[in-house]
Amino acid sequence: MTTTTLGAADIARHRHAHATQRRTIIGALVGLVIALFALSLMVGQSFYTPLEVIRVIAGDDVAGATFAVGRLRLPRAALAVVTGLSFGLAGVTFQTMLRNPLASPDIIGISAGSSAAAAFAIIILGLSGPAVSLFAIVAGLGVALLVYGLAFSGGAAGTRLILVGIGIAAMLDSIINYVLSRAGQWDLQEALRWLTGSLNGTTWAQVIPALVSLAVLGPALLSRSNDLRSMQLGDDTAAALGVRVERTRFIVIVAAVGLIAFATAAAGPISFVAFLSGPIAARIVGPRGSRFLPAALVGAVLVLAADLCGQYAFGTRFPVGVVTGVLGAPYLIYLIVRTNRSGGSI
Amino acid sequence: MTHDHQLAAEQLTLGYADRTVIDALDLTIPPGLITTIVGPNACGKSTLLRSMSRLLAPRSGQVLLDGTAVHRMPAKELARTLGLLPQSPLAPEGITVADLVGRGRQPHQGLFSRWSTADDIAVAEALNATATAELADRAIDELSGGQRQRVWIAMALAQQTDVLLLDEPTTFLDVSHQIEVLDLLTDLNRARGTTIVMVLHDLNLAARYADHLIALSRGEIRAQGSPSTVLTEKVILDVFGVSSRVIIDPVSHKPLMLPIGRHHAIAE
Repeated sequence: MTTTTLGAADIARHRHAHATQRRTIIGALVGLVIALFALSLMVGQSFYTPLEVIRVIAGDDVAGATFAVGRLRLPRAALAVVTGLSFGLAGVTFQTMLRNPLASPDIIGISAGSSAAAAFAIIILGLSGPAVSLFAIVAGLGVALLVYGLAFSGGAAGTRLILVGIGIAAMLDSIINYVLSRAGQWDLQEALRWLTGSLNGTTWAQVIPALVSLAVLGPALLSRSNDLRSMQLGDDTAAALGVRVERTRFIVIVAAVGLIAFATAAAGPISFVAFLSGPIAARIVGPRGSRFLPAALVGAVLVLAADLCGQYAFGTRFPVGVVTGVLGAPYLIYLIVRTNRSGGSI
Repeated sequence: MTHDHQLAAEQLTLGYADRTVIDALDLTIPPGLITTIVGPNACGKSTLLRSMSRLLAPRSGQVLLDGTAVHRMPAKELARTLGLLPQSPLAPEGITVADLVGRGRQPHQGLFSRWSTADDIAVAEALNATATAELADRAIDELSGGQRQRVWIAMALAQQTDVLLLDEPTTFLDVSHQIEVLDLLTDLNRARGTTIVMVLHDLNLAARYADHLIALSRGEIRAQGSPSTVLTEKVILDVFGVSSRVIIDPVSHKPLMLPIGRHHAIAE
């Protein structure tokens, strides 16, 4: 038998080293979000200096910049941050709760449900504002319940839930196509928004509901992150550690679906952001420590960077979802190939 | 520093869906001792253990900890007194031993997990007690079955509960690791006075390590008491339907059960 013993000081030293590393990572991610946000405000058809941008935000009237930065770029960049944080946080929540990187809301149909409902509310019913968000959240929760119900009726979960979700997502995509085809004016931009997500033509009226939802549901979810981490050890172990498993699961599903629904009602289901953020955050922070806040920040970085690329990196302007889709699809294939090779379930 | 806690079941009825597993069971766990529950498959052992740690709500009756129904206690408060190691806990991919053991501190922490020196001390003690200190930085996935089980027990130790329930802690372990785990639990009981309740499959190990043995069959207690009064040929036939010969174990002087199959007779 071994004779190695550790003192409390050893454990504390470990913990402090880890905490310092974590602060550095989160600081760097926040810095990156701020830098990309600032860049989004500066570049465009005409370039504005940081000083001009700050003056616009402060309320000064700057020729040209007040309109371009204040009315066009600021709401767009703000929505990029808000949707990125929302999708990143909701995605990692589902992946953690269901213990599977494929179980993100954009793979298992929840985003598609919100998107179909929002498209239906806007295009067919002619609604706008909070009513659209309401449609999106009801549909998102409905899809979550449906997928859960269909997957758990047989007892086994996991793989079944993901396969059921993929099927439902495909059905919902066809509903989106149907809704778009019924619209009198078949607007390509509008179509792309509900199919892959887009920030084109963002106004403050779109930003505000998503921002409020993030301000309320984000902290609610983060406050449950420890309970969720315990639930990774299995429901029984979590309960033995004092977690009220069923209640936590309920709160967390409602909050995560709410984040997805409000963000989707504003910008459409920006492809794969929810799916990619958690695994990227996990790669950055390692197996120790919570990946909830890092995943949210990674989501914001992804959306900001992808929107900048989509607007200026190519000859044509692509909506943000097209760029994140290009990033996400290979990772999805990689995950499926890897799980197949290791012989495990999905 | 440990207090003796009274854990008892009163007219406890448990079941899943339309199946009743345990009907109106009364049970008292002797404080400060090692209690082992034995019984055939599907006799309700795990169900009973899950209900005692409030994982399963009773249909009727109650589980009492120091006179309070556990299903009405705040979850975290209960988790500071009563711990459970389930049969097959899951380890997240890549998690290190120290991190996993640290998870046992959750019931002692607030909403946003403020770590304290008490947490550091508890984790260090748990690692040392289970001889897993040298593994502290290793990932769980790389460990052997016996090492892994010691780490899970370390996590339960870090929780610092006075009562610890374990559901088949020796399953899938070879004999040396089984002995290692049971010795460790005995150390814990002797050193800290922790009340231990565990489900075991091996009757002879159960008899050797238990102070108090409970034989369960079809949701009913068929015998309970010291191993020498419980592990008798009559009880084994009644509970397991197996003819046997019980002798005195020359090592521990506890009863040792030798099953008699169809192909073997007793040669006098």
